[in-house]
Amino acid sequence: MMKTDEIKEEIKKFLSKYIKKTDLEDDMELFTSRLINSLFAMQLVLYLEKQYKIKVENEDLDIKNFNTINLITAFVERKI
Amino acid sequence: MKIELSSSQSEKKEKFIAFVNNEITPYADQFDRNEKIPKEIIQHLTSHEYAGMILPDKEGNHNSDMISYGLLCEEIGKASASLLSIITVHGMVGQSLLKWGSSFQKEYWLPKLAKGEAIGAFALTEPHIGSDAKNIGTSAIFSNGSYTLNGKKKWISCGQMADIFLIIAQCDGKPSAFLIEKDQPGLSILPIHDMMGFKSAMLAELHLDGCIVGEKNLVGRLGFGFSHVGTTALNHGRYCIGWGGVGIAQACLDASLDYTAKRKQFGTYLKDHQLIKRMIADMVTNIKAARMLCYHAGYLNETGDPDLIMETSIAKYFASKIATKAANDAVQIHGANGCSSKYPVERYMRDAKILEIIEGSNEIQQVIIADYAY
Repeated sequence: MMKTDEIKEEIKKFLSKYIKKTDLEDDMELFTSRLINSLFAMQLVLYLEKQYKIKVENEDLDIKNFNTINLITAFVERKI
Repeated sequence: MKIELSSSQSEKKEKFIAFVNNEITPYADQFDRNEKIPKEIIQHLTSHEYAGMILPDKEGNHNSDMISYGLLCEEIGKASASLLSIITVHGMVGQSLLKWGSSFQKEYWLPKLAKGEAIGAFALTEPHIGSDAKNIGTSAIFSNGSYTLNGKKKWISCGQMADIFLIIAQCDGKPSAFLIEKDQPGLSILPIHDMMGFKSAMLAELHLDGCIVGEKNLVGRLGFGFSHVGTTALNHGRYCIGWGGVGIAQACLDASLDYTAKRKQFGTYLKDHQLIKRMIADMVTNIKAARMLCYHAGYLNETGDPDLIMETSIAKYFASKIATKAANDAVQIHGANGCSSKYPVERYMRDAKILEIIEGSNEIQQVIIADYAY
């Protein structure tokens, strides 16, 4: 089982490929602050599915699962 | 790194070529003139044997892979870009449901889409909204357990024939996706004719006037209709159109090779004129480059890699651009004959231009690609 900090670091590393101008903080709002665009939303889904071998389903489509690094990490932990 | 087709993919490719050569190519000009393609052909092509190959069968098994699907798109695009656009939008609906549909939507619609029993179409564009997709005007209002949709959609490929539409609307400011059947009260379908290209893509305008659908028609969740459902659809569309661009360019090359080997000017076959060779060389090189971009996008699609979104945009952008260049050059090589409907290259030229506009204009692709580079 991966540790929370490991998941968080991996997600942060992935995000930093796309958000190059900002120091990413764990509770920084990603979508509602428009830090990242709608195209990236699907890239994030694909990343999470591939990296953690999980399936992001219809019912998972909730901004509360994806809006910050902390929320994404918690979502991944629930799924794996 | 290994870049070669598997034996299964090679076998499928041969089968696709044979089917397209026998069933589509001989009739493609006729489809274009009549602005119509028989539904039986579309149903056959959308079956599990062909385009339905990437949807699960009744046991939930996938029949094929995205590279094989791309090879099919290339062959269809080579014969009839209009038909490719119909297969494209049908696939966009299937892929969106496969990823984001409810259990009911998957169980009910996917087998029908995979067998060609239902034909799908994607409706995002509106009379006043093209690339600016986030500002669509079609509205969905939720009340008493149902959604009421109002608005207009335009340039909807296969709109005249589709059985089911995946429609993007704003629900309380949240972009959302809905499935609407063709005979739903409140939905009118108006055929569009006299287009420059894609003449047999059976385009239509959709009018939604108080069209009421249940909660079971919502695809995904409210607010995720564009970012997730729409992006899934458009990514698939771009993949198909990229391969279709390779197909048109290859058709232009084949026609040009044939023509230049038979026609003489100044006592010499055209193929021996150096300025003709320059155009042929550009076609050959660009086609190879575009096909490699499509293979790469297909590989990433197959492996579910997050880079697939960007690489598919790049493949679509480049392939559609070189298809237009190949078609321009093919018409130039054919001279006055190339401007006549007696030769297919004029159709290739009309259709290739459309590839640069649909599934996200090439200017939008350029913005996406450049932003990614920064």
